[in-house]
Parts: sequence; structure tokens; C-alpha cells
Amino acid sequence: MTEPLLTVDGLTKSYGRRRACDRIGFTLDPGEVLAVVGESGSGKSTLLSLVAGEVAADAGSVAYRMRDGATRDLAALSAAERRALMRTDWGFVRQDSTQGLRMAVSAGGNVGERLMGIGERHYGRIRATALDWLARVEIAPDRIDDPPTRFSGGMRQRLQIARNLVTAPRLVLMDEPTSGLDVSVQARLLDTIRGLVAELGLAVIIVTHDLAVARLLSHRVLVMRGGRVIETGLTDQVLDDPQAAYTQLLVSSVLAA
Amino acid sequence: MTPRMTPLLAFDAVGKSFTLHLRGGTVLPVVSGATLAVHPGECVVLGGASGAGKSSLLKMAYGNYRCATGAIRVHDGTRVVDLATAAPREILGLRRTTLAYVSQFLRVIPRVGARAVVEAAGIEGGLTPEAARTRAGDLLARLDLPERLWALPPATFSGGEQQRVNIARGLIAARPILLMDEPTASLDARNRAVVVDLIAEKRAAGVGILGIFHDADIRAAVATRIVDVSTFRGARAA
Repeated sequence: MTEPLLTVDGLTKSYGRRRACDRIGFTLDPGEVLAVVGESGSGKSTLLSLVAGEVAADAGSVAYRMRDGATRDLAALSAAERRALMRTDWGFVRQDSTQGLRMAVSAGGNVGERLMGIGERHYGRIRATALDWLARVEIAPDRIDDPPTRFSGGMRQRLQIARNLVTAPRLVLMDEPTSGLDVSVQARLLDTIRGLVAELGLAVIIVTHDLAVARLLSHRVLVMRGGRVIETGLTDQVLDDPQAAYTQLLVSSVLAA
Repeated sequence: MTPRMTPLLAFDAVGKSFTLHLRGGTVLPVVSGATLAVHPGECVVLGGASGAGKSSLLKMAYGNYRCATGAIRVHDGTRVVDLATAAPREILGLRRTTLAYVSQFLRVIPRVGARAVVEAAGIEGGLTPEAARTRAGDLLARLDLPERLWALPPATFSGGEQQRVNIARGLIAARPILLMDEPTASLDARNRAVVVDLIAEKRAAGVGILGIFHDADIRAAVATRIVDVSTFRGARAA
């Protein structure tokens, strides 16, 4: 057995008297896709913020196996080490693209910025790599100088994906990456994500309220409600043979298409 | 390859019921005491009336349904794994190396063409991209799927065309255990005959097959043994 890439243990966070996350634990292997599903307010987005270290946990730990093979407790990293990790080995694709992109900078600049963050300085190479990544997420090359403010919602999400993947991260967090998009745009984006995740062997934690997204993309699923993990397991097993009353309600509430 | 050797797949006193929490906790028993074994080169067909639990047994053998009691032992070539207690990662590993499954319906992926769907299953099952591409074409041609459809996503195909893509996807990689749930239900006589041939080839290669075939002619053509699932039925509570 290889050591997990990510080990989350006992993560807990309260806002006032409400427990947004209550002793959440799981591990993630390289190349593994974990979906976190639940309704609004279940704590799934808080969980992602805790894992990313954007919100300080009241209790619990997040440990990550660094590129040198050493597993480090993220809370013990210096601010600079943490920033470097987030900029290179981790990606974060956000539901609200204005939080994941620099809206005043061109598409090429959005992709190039992460490259410059890892020390690339050669303008020609940066632009060529940006063009390559725009093509991989199906953004036309003649849009490279446009800022994302001129992009549709689906294109902005594609740009976020390019920006995050350009540094060849091993772990990508995704918070509802397809919600709010038209269904046809959603299908195309999901297909892009599915292809890239398989091709690059990415480990992914994807938060979604959409069980079809979880089924299409994930190996394992974590069902959350009221800050707790209600059920967890193999994705198709949890969706086809749900054990917990709440999971049965979630699964039976979906209209079959 | 005598039936004396370790079976590829063995159900040992498997029991399964569904608890419907949204229906006041009603318990639906599906099977109890299900015991059967599949050896290399065998095609064991599950028989019994509709609702007897045949599909549930297949889904348990693929890890889609949980196994509530008993054990489902899968021989992966080096060791035996019990699906009832295996971790999700172990089950995913078995699906990559050991278990193939042809379901009744193709779960389509948006925008991916028929040939690419089959190819991807081949690559996942350990074929090189070139071998997967060649073999995907061979299988689709044998199953008489018109070549003009190969590049198109199967979402718009007829039921029979989708099912042929599904069969090709399930058969492309060489896995020692093959689970088949009514693979011929929506096929015409010619394509049924192709599937019968493909099953015979898999058996000759030492694959163990557990399947459901309602059509009596197909069943007679492929089955080496029929197991009546209704004998596994516990008293059905209302």
C-alpha cells in the first residue's frame, strides 16, 4: 500500500453554535477522485475551505505528501511554504469564477501568472504554454488577449481549469465547478474535466450538489449533512444501493433523465 | 482447468435485503443463502422468475450493491478478495484487472464517440492505445455497428446499437471474470449469434462467465450450467 496523498483527520469547525464540519476524516490517493455531495448548508464547501487552509479549523489536521515524498502537516508549514504549495502542486477551481480568476488580466495572463509563480520568465514560452492550455480546454487562440470579463460562464470555468492545471498540480479542489451553467455547457465542461483528470492522473476533491456529476467524475463519494459524513463508499455503490435514510432521500429526489 | 481448482468467483451464503427508510423502514429481502461458484471456462446462467434477485446478484458481484451477509470471493490471479469486506479502492482495482460487466443499458458519456468509449475501456483494462483502437474497431465491426456511427456519441443511437457498444466495451479487455446482464435483450438474431460466438471465445480463453439470459435459445447455446436463483429466496416479508 502506498501512503495516501492527502490525509484529513477529525476536521471540525463551528460558526457560533452551529457545527459546519464535525470530525471529518478521509484519505485520498494519487489519481483518486472524491466527490463530496450534500445540500446547501451541509458543510461541504466549508470542508473544502478547511482542506485548503483558507479557513482555520477548530480541531483536526490535514497532512499532504509533498513532492519530495515527505508527508507534512499543513498547519505546520510556513506561510511561504503554504503559498508555494497552493501555487504549484494544488489547484482550486471555484464556483464563482471572479474569485478564481484575475478579471482585469487577459486569458493568457491568467494562465501565465501561475507559470511565472513557479519561476518561468521567458515571455515566448509562457505565451506558447498558455496557448497550448487554452486549446486543451477548447478556448480559441484568438481569445488569448481578452480578459475573462468578456467570456461566458462556461469559458470562464474552462479558463480556471487551464490556469490551475498549467503548473501540473497533483491535487485539485473543485467547488461546484459546473453549477449555474446551461446544461449543454455543463456537459461539455464535465467531459473536459473527466478527460484531463484521467489523462493527468489528478487527485481531485469535487464538491457538488449534483449526483450525476459525482457519478460521472468520482471514484468515491462522501455524503454530508449537517456538518457530518452520513455515508461514504464507492460512488456507484452509494448511489445505487444507499444505506442511510438521508442518502436514499437524496438519490430518490433526482429526476431520472 | 478442472472445476476442482479455486473458483474465479464464489458466492458463499450471500444474503441481501433493501431497507427502505423512506417507506417506514420496510425491509425487502432479495436473496438469502446464495451459494454458487464460477470456474474458468464456465458460463453459469442465473435462472428464476423476474424479481428473484438475479440482477442483484450480478450487481453484488461487481460491487455495485453491497453484500449484507456472507462472502463474495473473487480470485484476482494472485489472491482472493472478499467483496463484502473489500475497501472501495480494492473493488476499483478488481474492476480494472479482473471483473468485466456488461450491463443492460449503456450509461452514456456526453460527447464521447462510440469507438472512443470502447477504446477507453480497453486502455483502462491494460491494452496499449494502438491495440485498444484496433480491437475496438474489430469488435464494433463484428457486432455490425455501421462504421459511420463510430465517431458519434452513442446517446442518439437506437437501443440495439447502444447495446452493441456496451457489449464491445465490456468484452474489449481480457479480464478473467465476465458478468453479463441480459446482453442480448435488444439485439436481432444475427447479432445474438455474434454474441454467442464471442461468449464461446471468452470461455475458450478461460474466462468465467456469470450471466442472465432470458431468451431460451441463447441460454441453451451459452450455458454450461443454470443456477435457479429462486432457491436462494428467503421468506419474502411484505
